[in-house]
Amino acid sequence: MTFEPKIVGFLCNWCSYTGADLAGTSRIHYAPNVRVIRVMCSARIDPTFVLKALTDGADGVLICGCHPGDCHYSEGNYKMMRRYPLLKKLLADYGIEDERVRLEWVSASEGQRFADIVNDMTERVRALGPCSVKTDLATDMAER
Amino acid sequence: MAAKKLQLAIYWGAACGGCDVSILDTNEFILTVDEVADIRLWPIAADGKYADVEAMADGELDVVIMNGAVRNSENEHIAKLLRQKSKIFVAYGSCAYMGGIPGLANLASRAEIFDCAYLNNPSIEPGNRTVPLTEAKVNGYTLELPKFYDRVYKLDQIVDVDYYVPGCPPQPDQCKAAILALVAALTGQADPPPKGAVVGAFERALCDDCKRTKTEKKVTRFYRPWEIMEDPESCLMEQGILCAGSATRSGCGVRCPNSGIPCRGCYGPAPNVIDQGAKLLSAVSSIIDSKDPDEIDKILEGLPDFTSFANRYSIPASQLQRSHRK
Repeated sequence: MTFEPKIVGFLCNWCSYTGADLAGTSRIHYAPNVRVIRVMCSARIDPTFVLKALTDGADGVLICGCHPGDCHYSEGNYKMMRRYPLLKKLLADYGIEDERVRLEWVSASEGQRFADIVNDMTERVRALGPCSVKTDLATDMAER
Repeated sequence: MAAKKLQLAIYWGAACGGCDVSILDTNEFILTVDEVADIRLWPIAADGKYADVEAMADGELDVVIMNGAVRNSENEHIAKLLRQKSKIFVAYGSCAYMGGIPGLANLASRAEIFDCAYLNNPSIEPGNRTVPLTEAKVNGYTLELPKFYDRVYKLDQIVDVDYYVPGCPPQPDQCKAAILALVAALTGQADPPPKGAVVGAFERALCDDCKRTKTEKKVTRFYRPWEIMEDPESCLMEQGILCAGSATRSGCGVRCPNSGIPCRGCYGPAPNVIDQGAKLLSAVSSIIDSKDPDEIDKILEGLPDFTSFANRYSIPASQLQRSHRK
Protein backbone atom coordinates (compact mmCIF):
# COMPACT_ATOMS: atom_id res chain seq x y z
CA MET A 1 0.00 0.00 0.00
CA THR A 2 1.36 3.41 -0.88
CA PHE A 3 1.94 5.85 1.94
CA GLU A 4 -0.62 8.66 2.15
CA PRO A 5 0.52 11.37 4.57
CA LYS A 6 -1.92 12.39 7.26
CA ILE A 7 -1.61 16.12 7.84
CA VAL A 8 -3.50 18.01 10.51
CA GLY A 9 -4.32 21.57 9.47
CA PHE A 10 -5.08 24.22 12.09
CA LEU A 11 -6.77 27.06 10.23
CA CYS A 12 -7.80 30.41 11.60
CA ASN A 13 -11.51 31.09 11.22
CA TRP A 14 -11.29 34.52 9.67
CA CYS A 15 -8.74 34.25 6.85
CA SER A 16 -7.31 30.79 6.28
CA TYR A 17 -10.44 28.71 6.83
CA THR A 18 -12.33 31.03 4.51
CA GLY A 19 -9.42 30.72 2.06
CA ALA A 20 -9.70 26.94 2.20
CA ASP A 21 -13.44 27.29 1.72
CA LEU A 22 -12.77 29.41 -1.37
CA ALA A 23 -10.51 26.66 -2.73
CA GLY A 24 -13.49 24.34 -2.40
CA THR A 25 -16.16 26.62 -3.86
CA SER A 26 -13.77 27.46 -6.72
CA ARG A 27 -13.53 23.71 -7.39
CA ILE A 28 -9.75 23.71 -7.20
CA HIS A 29 -8.37 20.18 -7.14
CA TYR A 30 -5.80 19.62 -4.41
CA ALA A 31 -4.42 16.84 -2.26
CA PRO A 32 -7.00 15.43 0.18
CA ASN A 33 -4.37 14.79 2.87
CA VAL A 34 -5.09 17.69 5.21
CA ARG A 35 -7.60 17.20 8.01
CA VAL A 36 -8.73 20.69 8.86
CA ILE A 37 -9.41 21.89 12.39
CA ARG A 38 -10.90 25.36 12.52
CA VAL A 39 -9.71 27.57 15.35
CA MET A 40 -10.74 31.14 16.02
CA CYS A 41 -7.21 32.51 15.66
CA SER A 42 -3.75 31.15 14.92
CA ALA A 43 -2.81 32.43 18.40
CA ARG A 44 -5.16 29.79 19.81
CA ILE A 45 -2.88 27.02 18.54
CA ASP A 46 -1.04 25.96 21.65
CA PRO A 47 2.24 24.08 21.01
CA THR A 48 0.55 21.26 22.93
CA PHE A 49 -1.92 20.85 20.02
CA VAL A 50 0.87 20.43 17.48
CA LEU A 51 2.70 17.91 19.69
CA LYS A 52 -0.54 16.04 20.34
CA ALA A 53 -1.22 15.73 16.62
CA LEU A 54 2.25 14.20 16.13
CA THR A 55 1.99 11.82 19.08
CA ASP A 56 -1.45 10.70 17.89
CA GLY A 57 -0.10 9.69 14.51
CA ALA A 58 -0.13 12.76 12.24
CA ASP A 59 2.71 12.86 9.71
CA GLY A 60 2.63 16.64 9.48
CA VAL A 61 0.99 19.73 10.94
CA LEU A 62 0.02 22.76 8.86
CA ILE A 63 -0.75 26.00 10.68
CA CYS A 64 -2.43 28.80 8.73
CA GLY A 65 -3.31 32.28 9.90
CA CYS A 66 -4.08 35.75 8.55
CA HIS A 67 -1.25 37.68 6.94
CA PRO A 68 0.63 39.90 9.41
CA GLY A 69 -1.37 43.08 9.90
CA ASP A 70 -4.65 41.41 8.91
CA CYS A 71 -5.56 39.64 12.17
CA HIS A 72 -9.23 39.89 13.12
CA TYR A 73 -8.05 40.34 16.70
CA SER A 74 -5.32 42.75 15.52
CA GLU A 75 -2.32 40.95 17.12
CA GLY A 76 -3.16 37.23 17.35
CA ASN A 77 -1.12 36.09 14.38
CA TYR A 78 1.96 37.85 15.76
CA LYS A 79 1.72 35.56 18.79
CA MET A 80 1.92 32.60 16.42
CA MET A 81 4.71 34.27 14.46
CA ARG A 82 6.77 34.45 17.69
CA ARG A 83 5.84 30.98 18.88
CA TYR A 84 6.63 29.19 15.64
CA PRO A 85 10.44 29.59 15.47
CA LEU A 86 10.80 28.48 19.09
CA LEU A 87 8.50 25.51 18.45
CA LYS A 88 10.64 24.58 15.43
CA LYS A 89 13.75 24.65 17.63
CA LEU A 90 12.04 22.36 20.15
CA LEU A 91 10.88 19.97 17.43
CA ALA A 92 14.38 19.83 15.95
CA ASP A 93 15.81 18.96 19.39
CA TYR A 94 13.35 16.08 19.61
CA GLY A 95 14.45 14.88 16.16
CA ILE A 96 11.30 15.86 14.26
CA GLU A 97 12.12 16.70 10.63
CA ASP A 98 11.83 20.38 9.70
CA GLU A 99 9.21 19.93 6.97
CA ARG A 100 6.66 18.16 9.15
CA VAL A 101 5.47 21.38 10.78
CA ARG A 102 4.81 24.47 8.71
CA LEU A 103 3.34 27.94 9.25
CA GLU A 104 1.77 29.83 6.33
CA TRP A 105 -0.28 32.99 6.02
CA VAL A 106 -3.37 32.49 3.87
CA SER A 107 -5.97 35.22 3.34
CA ALA A 108 -9.66 34.69 2.64
CA SER A 109 -9.10 35.41 -1.06
CA GLU A 110 -6.17 33.01 -1.47
CA GLY A 111 -7.94 29.74 -2.33
CA GLN A 112 -5.33 28.89 -4.96
CA ARG A 113 -2.50 29.65 -2.54
CA PHE A 114 -4.03 27.33 0.07
CA ALA A 115 -4.35 24.53 -2.51
CA ASP A 116 -0.73 25.05 -3.63
CA ILE A 117 0.54 24.97 -0.03
CA VAL A 118 -1.37 21.75 0.70
CA ASN A 119 -0.09 20.10 -2.49
CA ASP A 120 3.48 21.16 -1.79
CA MET A 121 3.43 20.11 1.85
CA THR A 122 1.79 16.77 1.04
CA GLU A 123 4.56 15.93 -1.43
CA ARG A 124 7.29 16.99 0.98
CA VAL A 125 5.85 14.91 3.81
CA ARG A 126 5.29 12.01 1.43
CA ALA A 127 8.99 12.14 0.58
CA LEU A 128 9.88 12.05 4.29
CA GLY A 129 7.70 9.02 4.96
CA PRO A 130 5.56 8.32 8.01
CA CYS A 131 6.25 10.20 11.25
CA SER A 132 7.52 7.63 13.73
CA VAL A 133 6.53 9.33 17.01
CA LYS A 134 3.43 7.25 17.74
CA THR A 135 5.04 3.91 16.89
CA ASP A 136 8.28 4.86 18.70
CA LEU A 137 6.40 5.51 21.93
CA ALA A 138 4.35 2.32 21.61
CA THR A 139 7.54 0.32 21.02
CA ASP A 140 9.22 1.96 24.04
CA MET A 141 6.47 0.69 26.30
CA ALA A 142 6.34 -2.78 24.73
CA GLU A 143 10.03 -3.68 24.81
CA ARG A 144 13.14 -2.47 26.54
CA MET B 1 -1.76 2.82 70.97
CA ALA B 2 0.09 -0.42 70.47
CA ALA B 3 -1.03 -0.87 66.90
CA LYS B 4 1.24 -2.60 64.42
CA LYS B 5 3.89 -0.26 63.08
CA LEU B 6 3.63 0.91 59.48
CA GLN B 7 5.86 -1.00 57.10
CA LEU B 8 7.88 1.47 55.04
CA ALA B 9 10.42 1.10 52.23
CA ILE B 10 12.37 3.89 50.58
CA TYR B 11 14.19 3.15 47.35
CA TRP B 12 16.06 4.95 44.58
CA GLY B 13 16.20 4.37 40.86
CA ALA B 14 18.14 6.62 38.50
CA ALA B 15 18.68 9.43 40.99
CA CYS B 16 21.42 11.52 42.54
CA GLY B 17 20.64 10.71 46.18
CA GLY B 18 19.35 14.20 46.88
CA CYS B 19 15.82 12.92 47.45
CA ASP B 20 17.02 10.55 50.16
CA VAL B 21 18.93 13.41 51.72
CA SER B 22 15.79 15.58 51.57
CA ILE B 23 14.01 12.96 53.71
CA LEU B 24 16.90 13.12 56.18
CA ASP B 25 16.67 16.93 56.00
CA THR B 26 13.43 16.72 57.96
CA ASN B 27 15.91 16.50 60.85
CA GLU B 28 14.44 15.21 64.12
CA PHE B 29 11.12 14.50 62.38
CA ILE B 30 12.68 11.42 60.79
CA LEU B 31 12.99 9.96 64.30
CA THR B 32 9.23 10.30 64.80
CA VAL B 33 8.77 8.42 61.52
CA ASP B 34 10.77 5.62 63.09
CA GLU B 35 8.38 5.64 66.07
CA VAL B 36 5.38 4.84 63.87
CA ALA B 37 7.08 2.90 61.10
CA ASP B 38 9.48 0.04 60.51
CA ILE B 39 11.89 0.95 57.75
CA ARG B 40 12.25 -2.31 55.82
CA LEU B 41 14.46 -1.11 52.99
CA TRP B 42 16.34 2.16 52.53
CA PRO B 43 19.63 1.65 50.71
CA ILE B 44 21.13 5.04 51.59
CA ALA B 45 20.43 4.95 55.33
CA ALA B 46 19.52 1.46 56.49
CA ASP B 47 20.26 -2.16 55.75
CA GLY B 48 17.95 -4.38 53.75
CA LYS B 49 18.57 -6.69 50.84
CA TYR B 50 16.59 -7.34 47.69
CA ALA B 51 16.18 -10.94 48.86
CA ASP B 52 14.38 -9.66 51.98
CA VAL B 53 11.93 -7.78 49.77
CA GLU B 54 11.43 -10.82 47.54
CA ALA B 55 10.57 -12.87 50.64
CA MET B 56 7.79 -10.47 51.68
CA ALA B 57 4.12 -11.22 51.07
CA ASP B 58 2.31 -9.18 48.42
CA GLY B 59 1.07 -5.92 49.94
CA GLU B 60 3.13 -6.44 53.08
CA LEU B 61 4.65 -2.97 52.81
CA ASP B 62 2.20 -0.20 53.66
CA VAL B 63 4.10 2.53 51.83
CA VAL B 64 6.91 2.54 49.29
CA ILE B 65 8.55 5.89 48.60
CA MET B 66 10.58 5.59 45.44
CA ASN B 67 12.74 8.34 44.06
CA GLY B 68 14.61 8.28 40.78
CA ALA B 69 13.68 7.48 37.21
CA VAL B 70 13.90 4.13 35.43
CA ARG B 71 17.11 4.05 33.42
CA ASN B 72 18.04 0.37 33.47
CA SER B 73 16.66 -3.11 34.05
CA GLU B 74 17.56 -3.07 37.77
CA ASN B 75 15.50 0.09 38.34
CA GLU B 76 12.58 -1.53 36.55
CA HIS B 77 12.87 -4.86 38.34
CA ILE B 78 12.95 -3.34 41.83
CA ALA B 79 10.21 -0.82 41.03
CA LYS B 80 7.93 -3.66 39.92
CA LEU B 81 8.91 -5.80 42.91
CA LEU B 82 8.20 -2.98 45.39
CA ARG B 83 4.90 -2.20 43.67
CA GLN B 84 3.85 -5.82 44.12
CA LYS B 85 4.80 -5.80 47.80
CA SER B 86 3.16 -2.47 48.65
CA LYS B 87 -0.25 -1.00 49.35
CA ILE B 88 0.67 2.61 48.53
CA PHE B 89 3.37 3.48 46.03
CA VAL B 90 4.67 7.04 46.04
CA ALA B 91 6.77 8.57 43.25
CA TYR B 92 9.01 10.94 45.19
CA GLY B 93 10.93 13.78 43.55
CA SER B 94 11.19 15.08 40.00
CA CYS B 95 12.95 12.01 38.55
CA ALA B 96 10.30 9.57 39.76
CA TYR B 97 7.51 12.00 38.87
CA MET B 98 8.69 13.15 35.43
CA GLY B 99 12.06 11.60 34.59
CA GLY B 100 14.04 14.48 36.03
CA ILE B 101 17.61 15.38 35.15
CA PRO B 102 18.43 11.81 33.98
CA GLY B 103 15.51 12.26 31.57
CA LEU B 104 17.50 14.90 29.66
CA ALA B 105 19.38 11.93 28.19
CA ASN B 106 16.24 11.15 26.20
CA LEU B 107 17.41 13.76 23.69
CA ALA B 108 20.15 11.25 22.76
CA SER B 109 20.09 7.52 22.13
CA ARG B 110 21.92 4.83 24.11
CA ALA B 111 24.40 4.50 21.24
CA GLU B 112 25.17 8.24 21.34
CA ILE B 113 25.49 8.20 25.13
CA PHE B 114 27.86 5.22 25.12
CA ASP B 115 29.87 6.78 22.35
CA CYS B 116 30.25 10.04 24.28
CA ALA B 117 30.77 8.53 27.74
CA TYR B 118 32.89 5.47 26.99
CA LEU B 119 34.37 5.63 23.49
CA ASN B 120 35.06 9.03 22.02
CA ASN B 121 35.60 11.21 25.04
CA PRO B 122 38.97 12.97 25.14
CA SER B 123 39.38 12.26 28.86
CA ILE B 124 39.33 8.48 28.39
CA GLU B 125 42.70 6.75 28.21
CA PRO B 126 43.41 5.11 24.86
CA GLY B 127 43.16 1.36 25.22
CA ASN B 128 40.55 1.71 27.94
CA ARG B 129 37.58 2.28 25.69
CA THR B 130 35.08 -0.24 26.96
CA VAL B 131 31.32 -0.11 27.15
CA PRO B 132 29.24 -1.78 29.87
CA LEU B 133 27.99 -5.23 28.88
CA THR B 134 25.08 -7.00 30.50
CA GLU B 135 27.20 -10.13 30.83
CA ALA B 136 30.95 -10.80 30.90
CA LYS B 137 33.04 -13.89 31.60
CA VAL B 138 35.97 -13.27 33.95
CA ASN B 139 38.16 -16.12 35.29
CA GLY B 140 35.39 -18.61 34.71
CA TYR B 141 32.77 -16.49 36.48
CA THR B 142 29.86 -14.81 34.75
CA LEU B 143 29.48 -11.19 35.81
CA GLU B 144 26.26 -9.34 35.17
CA LEU B 145 25.27 -5.69 34.91
CA PRO B 146 21.75 -4.27 34.53
CA LYS B 147 20.73 -3.48 30.96
CA PHE B 148 21.03 0.21 30.11
CA TYR B 149 17.83 1.16 28.31
CA ASP B 150 17.63 3.22 25.16
CA ARG B 151 15.70 5.90 27.02
CA VAL B 152 14.68 7.03 30.52
CA TYR B 153 11.19 6.34 31.83
CA LYS B 154 9.28 8.16 34.51
CA LEU B 155 8.03 5.83 37.19
CA ASP B 156 4.37 5.66 36.18
CA GLN B 157 5.37 4.52 32.70
CA ILE B 158 6.63 1.34 34.38
CA VAL B 159 4.44 0.76 37.45
CA ASP B 160 1.11 1.97 38.82
CA VAL B 161 1.78 5.01 41.03
CA ASP B 162 -0.63 6.16 43.74
CA TYR B 163 0.80 9.56 44.68
CA TYR B 164 3.39 12.00 43.43
CA VAL B 165 5.61 14.26 45.51
CA PRO B 166 7.36 16.72 43.17
CA GLY B 167 10.59 18.63 43.65
CA CYS B 168 14.30 18.41 43.03
CA PRO B 169 14.44 17.59 45.81
CA PRO B 170 11.05 17.97 47.52
CA GLN B 171 11.31 20.63 50.23
CA PRO B 172 11.65 19.06 53.69
CA ASP B 173 8.47 20.77 54.94
CA GLN B 174 6.51 19.35 52.02
CA CYS B 175 8.12 15.93 52.53
CA LYS B 176 7.04 16.04 56.15
CA ALA B 177 3.49 17.11 55.20
CA ALA B 178 3.26 14.30 52.63
CA ILE B 179 4.46 11.64 55.09
CA LEU B 180 2.08 12.90 57.79
CA ALA B 181 -0.83 12.83 55.31
CA LEU B 182 -0.03 9.22 54.42
CA VAL B 183 0.33 8.19 58.06
CA ALA B 184 -3.01 9.86 58.89
CA ALA B 185 -4.68 8.08 55.98
CA LEU B 186 -3.20 4.69 56.85
CA THR B 187 -4.14 4.94 60.52
CA GLY B 188 -7.69 5.97 59.62
CA GLN B 189 -7.39 9.51 61.03
CA ALA B 190 -8.01 11.17 57.68
CA ASP B 191 -9.27 10.34 54.21
CA PRO B 192 -6.50 9.40 51.83
CA PRO B 193 -5.79 11.84 48.99
CA PRO B 194 -7.42 10.78 45.69
CA LYS B 195 -5.33 8.33 43.69
CA GLY B 196 -2.93 10.05 41.32
CA ALA B 197 -2.83 13.21 43.45
CA VAL B 198 0.23 15.42 43.56
CA VAL B 199 0.84 15.75 47.30
CA GLY B 200 3.21 18.11 49.02
CA ALA B 201 2.46 20.91 46.52
CA PHE B 202 -0.27 23.41 45.65
CA GLU B 203 -2.96 23.67 42.97
CA ARG B 204 -1.57 26.84 41.40
CA ALA B 205 1.35 28.13 39.37
CA LEU B 206 4.56 29.36 40.96
CA CYS B 207 3.92 32.95 39.77
CA ASP B 208 0.86 33.06 42.06
CA ASP B 209 3.16 32.79 45.05
CA CYS B 210 6.09 34.82 43.71
CA LYS B 211 6.33 38.21 45.41
CA ARG B 212 8.08 39.98 42.54
CA THR B 213 6.12 42.79 40.87
CA LYS B 214 4.54 41.75 37.60
CA THR B 215 3.54 44.23 34.90
CA GLU B 216 3.23 44.12 31.11
CA LYS B 217 5.97 41.88 29.72
CA LYS B 218 7.89 42.99 26.65
CA VAL B 219 11.30 41.50 25.99
CA THR B 220 13.73 42.52 23.26
CA ARG B 221 16.67 40.52 24.55
CA PHE B 222 17.04 37.42 26.69
CA TYR B 223 19.86 37.25 29.22
CA ARG B 224 21.57 34.31 30.83
CA PRO B 225 21.47 34.86 34.61
CA TRP B 226 25.16 35.83 34.76
CA GLU B 227 24.88 38.44 32.01
CA ILE B 228 22.76 40.86 34.00
CA MET B 229 22.41 42.20 37.54
CA GLU B 230 18.84 41.27 38.35
CA ASP B 231 16.47 43.71 39.96
CA PRO B 232 15.26 41.93 43.11
CA GLU B 233 11.83 43.59 43.02
CA SER B 234 10.51 42.90 39.51
CA CYS B 235 9.54 39.76 37.60
CA LEU B 236 12.57 37.94 36.20
CA MET B 237 10.87 37.29 32.85
CA GLU B 238 10.27 41.02 32.45
CA GLN B 239 14.01 41.49 32.87
CA GLY B 240 14.63 38.99 30.06
CA ILE B 241 15.77 36.22 32.39
CA LEU B 242 14.15 32.95 31.40
CA CYS B 243 12.08 31.68 34.34
CA ALA B 244 9.92 28.55 34.31
CA GLY B 245 7.55 29.80 37.02
CA SER B 246 4.56 30.44 34.78
CA ALA B 247 4.38 26.77 33.68
CA THR B 248 5.40 25.27 37.02
CA ARG B 249 3.42 24.07 40.03
CA SER B 250 3.90 25.99 43.23
CA GLY B 251 4.86 24.25 46.45
CA CYS B 252 8.58 24.87 46.84
CA GLY B 253 8.09 28.19 48.65
CA VAL B 254 9.41 30.15 45.60
CA ARG B 255 12.91 29.51 46.85
CA CYS B 256 14.76 30.14 43.61
CA PRO B 257 13.12 33.42 42.50
CA ASN B 258 13.33 34.65 46.12
CA SER B 259 17.09 34.07 45.91
CA GLY B 260 17.45 35.90 42.61
CA ILE B 261 17.59 32.73 40.56
CA PRO B 262 14.97 31.90 37.91
CA CYS B 263 12.64 28.94 38.49
CA ARG B 264 13.87 25.82 36.74
CA GLY B 265 10.59 23.96 36.86
CA CYS B 266 11.43 21.13 39.25
CA TYR B 267 7.93 21.01 40.77
CA GLY B 268 6.57 19.93 37.41
CA PRO B 269 3.74 21.23 35.25
CA ALA B 270 1.21 23.59 36.79
CA PRO B 271 -2.21 22.00 37.41
CA ASN B 272 -4.03 20.96 34.21
CA VAL B 273 -0.91 21.46 32.09
CA ILE B 274 -0.05 18.47 29.91
CA ASP B 275 3.41 19.45 28.74
CA GLN B 276 5.36 21.88 30.90
CA GLY B 277 7.87 22.69 28.16
CA ALA B 278 5.21 23.37 25.53
CA LYS B 279 3.38 25.70 27.90
CA LEU B 280 6.56 27.54 28.79
CA LEU B 281 7.32 27.86 25.09
CA SER B 282 3.96 29.52 24.61
CA ALA B 283 4.49 31.88 27.53
CA VAL B 284 8.04 32.85 26.58
CA SER B 285 7.34 33.48 22.92
CA SER B 286 4.31 35.65 23.71
CA ILE B 287 6.42 38.24 25.53
CA ILE B 288 8.83 38.87 22.65
CA ASP B 289 8.41 42.49 21.63
CA SER B 290 8.73 42.32 17.86
CA LYS B 291 6.59 41.86 14.76
CA ASP B 292 9.49 41.20 12.42
CA PRO B 293 10.41 37.53 11.78
CA ASP B 294 14.14 38.26 11.41
CA GLU B 295 14.23 40.30 14.61
CA ILE B 296 12.30 37.55 16.42
CA ASP B 297 14.90 35.00 15.26
CA LYS B 298 17.64 37.29 16.55
CA ILE B 299 15.95 37.65 19.96
CA LEU B 300 15.50 33.88 20.14
CA GLU B 301 19.25 33.43 19.67
CA GLY B 302 19.38 34.50 23.31
CA LEU B 303 17.84 31.14 24.19
CA PRO B 304 20.56 28.75 22.98
CA ASP B 305 19.21 25.57 24.57
CA PHE B 306 15.55 26.27 25.15
CA THR B 307 14.35 22.67 24.96
CA SER B 308 16.54 21.46 27.79
CA PHE B 309 15.46 24.44 29.86
CA ALA B 310 11.76 24.12 29.18
CA ASN B 311 11.68 20.39 29.90
CA ARG B 312 14.68 20.29 32.23
CA TYR B 313 13.00 17.83 34.58
CA SER B 314 10.25 16.55 32.36
CA ILE B 315 11.43 15.18 29.02
CA PRO B 316 10.10 11.64 29.66
CA ALA B 317 6.86 13.29 30.81
CA SER B 318 6.66 15.60 27.78
CA GLN B 319 4.42 14.76 24.86
CA LEU B 320 7.25 13.63 22.58
CA GLN B 321 9.07 11.92 25.51
CA ARG B 322 12.34 11.39 23.67
CA SER B 323 14.31 12.11 20.53
CA HIS B 324 12.79 10.58 17.40
CA ARG B 325 15.90 11.15 15.28
CA LYS B 326 16.58 8.29 12.89
